[in-house]
Amino acid sequence: MPRLIIDGQEIEVPKGITVLQACEMLGAEIPRFCFHERLSIAGNCRMCLVEQVGLSKLQPSCALSVDDLRPGNDGSPVKIRTNSRKVREARQGVMQFLLINHPLDCPICDQGGECDLQDQAMAYGVEKSRFHENKRAVEDRDIGPLVKTIMTRCIHCTRCIRFMTEVAGVAELGAIGRGEDMEIVTYLEQGMTSELQGNVIDLCPVGALTSRPYAFKARPWELSRTESIDVMDAVGSNIRVDTRGREVMRVLPRLNEGVNEEWISDKTRFSWDGLRLQRLDRPYIRKDGKLFSASWQDAFAAIACCAERTFANRIGAIAGDMASAEEMFAFKDLMVRLGVKSIDCRQDGTSLHPDLGRSTYLFNPTIEGIRHADSLLLIGTNPRLEASILNTRIRKRFLEGGFPIAVAGGVPDSSADLTYDYKYLGSNASLLEDIASGSHEFCCVLEASSHPMIMVGQGALRRPDGRALLVLAAQIAQRFGALSASWNGFSVLHTAASRVAGLDLGLVPYEGGHDVPSMVNAARKGALDLLFLLSADELDMSSLGAAFVVYIGSHGDAGASRADVILPGAAYTEKSGIYVNTEGRVQLAHRAIFPPGEAREDWSILRALSTVLGQTLPYDCLESLQEAMYASAPHLSEFDQIRSESARQVEALAALPVSELDSAPLGSAISDFYLSNPIARASAVMADLSFREKSRREAAGQSDA
Amino acid sequence: MSARRLAAVQPNYFSFNEKNIAWAKEQVAKYPIGRGASAIISLMWRAQEQHGGWLPEPAIRYVADFLSMPYIRAFEIATFYTMFHLSPVGRKAHIQVCTSLPCMLRGSDELIGVCKNRIVSEPDILSADSSFSWERVECLGACVNAPMMLIGSDTYEDLTVKKFNELLDHLEADNFPPPGPQNGRHSSEPLGGATTLTTLPAEEKIKRRNADAL
Repeated sequence: MPRLIIDGQEIEVPKGITVLQACEMLGAEIPRFCFHERLSIAGNCRMCLVEQVGLSKLQPSCALSVDDLRPGNDGSPVKIRTNSRKVREARQGVMQFLLINHPLDCPICDQGGECDLQDQAMAYGVEKSRFHENKRAVEDRDIGPLVKTIMTRCIHCTRCIRFMTEVAGVAELGAIGRGEDMEIVTYLEQGMTSELQGNVIDLCPVGALTSRPYAFKARPWELSRTESIDVMDAVGSNIRVDTRGREVMRVLPRLNEGVNEEWISDKTRFSWDGLRLQRLDRPYIRKDGKLFSASWQDAFAAIACCAERTFANRIGAIAGDMASAEEMFAFKDLMVRLGVKSIDCRQDGTSLHPDLGRSTYLFNPTIEGIRHADSLLLIGTNPRLEASILNTRIRKRFLEGGFPIAVAGGVPDSSADLTYDYKYLGSNASLLEDIASGSHEFCCVLEASSHPMIMVGQGALRRPDGRALLVLAAQIAQRFGALSASWNGFSVLHTAASRVAGLDLGLVPYEGGHDVPSMVNAARKGALDLLFLLSADELDMSSLGAAFVVYIGSHGDAGASRADVILPGAAYTEKSGIYVNTEGRVQLAHRAIFPPGEAREDWSILRALSTVLGQTLPYDCLESLQEAMYASAPHLSEFDQIRSESARQVEALAALPVSELDSAPLGSAISDFYLSNPIARASAVMADLSFREKSRREAAGQSDA
Repeated sequence: MSARRLAAVQPNYFSFNEKNIAWAKEQVAKYPIGRGASAIISLMWRAQEQHGGWLPEPAIRYVADFLSMPYIRAFEIATFYTMFHLSPVGRKAHIQVCTSLPCMLRGSDELIGVCKNRIVSEPDILSADSSFSWERVECLGACVNAPMMLIGSDTYEDLTVKKFNELLDHLEADNFPPPGPQNGRHSSEPLGGATTLTTLPAEEKIKRRNADAL
């Protein structure tokens, strides 16, 4: 391990790190603009210069590896100075150069108050400019509805270019006219198409790339920050919700090495405008086919009236995709007390079941563990749309090399861009039988790998033959050694933030109850009279027949438009709750604001409803609800932990018989990335993105034809 | 130097001719498999030659597609290297006058003056009849024959205002005089012929005598 002396302190550092990182390990602060831990090294801003004793010139510490430092003749470690006069003067010089063409428009700049350039100019710059010539001005480019450009402010650190090329995997940004007239552009001002483009806003150290929806909305020092968890997909990205008063102003990522590193998808970042639109802010009752606003008492009375004359076996309960664990627990508790057997959280009809064991419905290798895999088979999933952040991990592993990827369904053909190379095996489910029996050509690849990963998505599992496909995936995992003591490569990719918690809490039909498809069927035939929807919107509402539908949720979406009684609930930013992501990681989201109008947190609605229905739930506050929940599912109290599960459960699953497969092609669970849940569907920004994506697809289809 | 940006008017379409497609495939094959994108500069240069000395936007896309690389990467390269002309150049000749120090000391400013008077007042735009254009370039490596200029792939050296005017007369008449020094000397030898090394070296004399003896 290399040793070096930084500012008089000797330190031994791991091989391969940069001098900048070594200095940071000792707590020395090194200013930088272009360097970023998760991107390749550019070394072009020159702000991180340090002095290496013995060399006359200063060294850029971000681009200098500790392996390349040659010890002195007597073997003494290299001495680095980070705060000598020479270094300080060099930083001042660099800062003056960077500010030559930078406008002095901080008062009208959205980055003001959280700007690296502003902070570092204060800390390392000189007090005034010596530059009296004309400044350079650069045209602003239209690069899409999310990222606003003020390119005169750009200091050409190229972080955005490197992010788009390396992490997002879509080479859309570039630097043209390198030299005096360098500009960051997309090709001919085409809008950016990546679903991760919002991250360049965070990466930009100055105000050149800022958030367009958030432009001129708020200043960072006015905002209250709340740590939360994203519910747009099942990755459980760690987010920070910034609020002012009663409004969410923006959503930013939080660092979590195990989940989202420091990226979030555009749906997570920009769907906050959907939290204000289409909100259910008071209870409604349907009379003569029309919804009329009502008091809570009247709404409850209407439900009680219907519940009193309905047998429990004619009541159904469906929990939606964005519900927290607490409210699902309370929901189930209430339904069980009412004697209801038709309870289900699997709104999309997925064939996962908690009785098969927890590891049969988790992403067992964990998101961080993707880097250990050495081959990957994707079954009925398009991870780029279903879990964009998880997809960056696959790409990261792919870039390291030695990672053959095969795709069975999920994308229509081999032209789909998943941001990595893959072999398209086809979309017919029967090819899984070939792989499981060892007769498929891809088998030799799986055979040769020691840590194969079998990833199965809801596109496969929600089909009528989903159970057979799940068993086949388990058989493939077992056959090719993905179920050893040290490696469980069987991974289920969920698309709903609530699903794993729902399965953990056992929100599946009891003996004799209906699951979601048969509940819908029963409702259509008139065999189900009362249906409770806990923020469940992804059902075919037109086929619920004459059933009396009670909708508890936050947005006026499909569920609310079919409902007979609407009980206004809270969106994910408006309640504290536990979410379990696709890998089984338990995470706590904190309440950032209060629900609008008369809306209440969903668990308290259920608690109030329980009294009206004569089955009072025994908890009066969220804490006692959580206590009760922990008693039935103890692992939910272990925050940010993943309880390890035995691969035996997957082996047992593999032993189950495989029924006849459907001949329909394997698709993805998500057809439109930007409109996959009620909040996103309420968002104007997401609607715009979806429209642009659709027109791009149509234009591409025309040019192909 | 002005900002290097695409011309406003562009052709709709560009494609290599058959000969160039075969040539380009050979170039790509020189690189290891998967590294074909390294051939981009030679391919773009060939595209520029095929398209009358300038590189239109469809050609940038064509070359990028040919090498399966993102358009923006090809665009970055086209806007960086001054050897790629992004706007139309003179139909008969594009004159690149070296204005680096040795050429400037030997009178390149006067040559620029001729360009401004006879061709067009500004660099990088076409003359009235679109047959000529000119620009200033950095050192082209013939300082010993300063001042000099590059026309097409030929250099014309040891120029004076008079010689340059004569050269332009020839070019206007579609008559390309032989390239090289225009003052009569051979290569970079002294003007009046060689003044040293005029006799054969001793070893050479012996070698020739031996050859005669055989």
